[in-house]
Amino acid sequence: MIGVGHYLGLSAILLTLGVLGIAINRRNIIVILMSVELVLLAVNLNFVAFSVFLGDLMGQVFTMFVLTVAAAEAAIGLAILVVHFRNRGTIAVDDARQMRG
Amino acid sequence: MIQALVFYLLAAVTVVAAVMVITARNPVHSVLWLILAFVNSAGLFLVIGAEFLAMILMIVYVGAVAVLFLFVVMMLDVDFSSLRRGALANLPLGLLIGVVLAVELVVVASAWQAGRLAGPGAPARPTPRDLPNAEALGQVLYTDFVLAFQVAGLVLLVAMVGAIVLTHRERPGVRRQSAAAQTARSPAEAVVLARPTVGAGVDTDAGVR
Repeated sequence: MIGVGHYLGLSAILLTLGVLGIAINRRNIIVILMSVELVLLAVNLNFVAFSVFLGDLMGQVFTMFVLTVAAAEAAIGLAILVVHFRNRGTIAVDDARQMRG
Repeated sequence: MIQALVFYLLAAVTVVAAVMVITARNPVHSVLWLILAFVNSAGLFLVIGAEFLAMILMIVYVGAVAVLFLFVVMMLDVDFSSLRRGALANLPLGLLIGVVLAVELVVVASAWQAGRLAGPGAPARPTPRDLPNAEALGQVLYTDFVLAFQVAGLVLLVAMVGAIVLTHRERPGVRRQSAAAQTARSPAEAVVLARPTVGAGVDTDAGVR
């Protein structure tokens, strides 16, 4: 039978893949943002799995707030990306050091 | 049995899609694989009985976030092949981080199997058995968490304003309609009544403006 362990395992795989994606796509900020979305998805899976298997609604409420913040983060991140592209003509982020003092 | 089959199907597709998200050469393909991962995760939420969050995931992630990504990827004229350069150089570091993270997660999971540090407390908000998922969630969300709900709305508002402010661009030389200037015109400054003599006409300075 499917238990909380199955969901936690899947969530762990997704989280690891998201972190791996951040590491191997260090130049491409679009894929980095997508990897962050994967990490947040893994976290949401964790919350929902615990919420359901412990019979506690708190996890699902919190998942809603995580979704909200994730949507806001994606919107702001992409807006910053567009502005950066307009200024620099590239989205390679390993040489983004305009704000270095 | 059927639940297990559906779970493994959805989980396998989710993992494959996640792998393709981080390895696809073309970011447009990455976004499409991301959409597949989200849809399958919504299916996983459905299997476990969180219908409302499954629908929210479809609407928010597939309907808004993924489409936003797709817009940005397609509208920016980026040379993606140059961004791939050096990706293999980062692979050992990435694999190291990933392996460390995976081992840590396995350790945590096995420690959790061995026994918790503290006993399970009572559920903070026990799931009502006789209500559908959306109704139960709404009854908690709009009563106990109404303040957090409002703050979440505020976060979205700030994000919206911020995105507009960041990407808005003043273009010089664009002629705009100025309603205030239009309605502030009075006949005294806009109209000149002339009484020209026959054959003299009206000189353009004093005439039509």
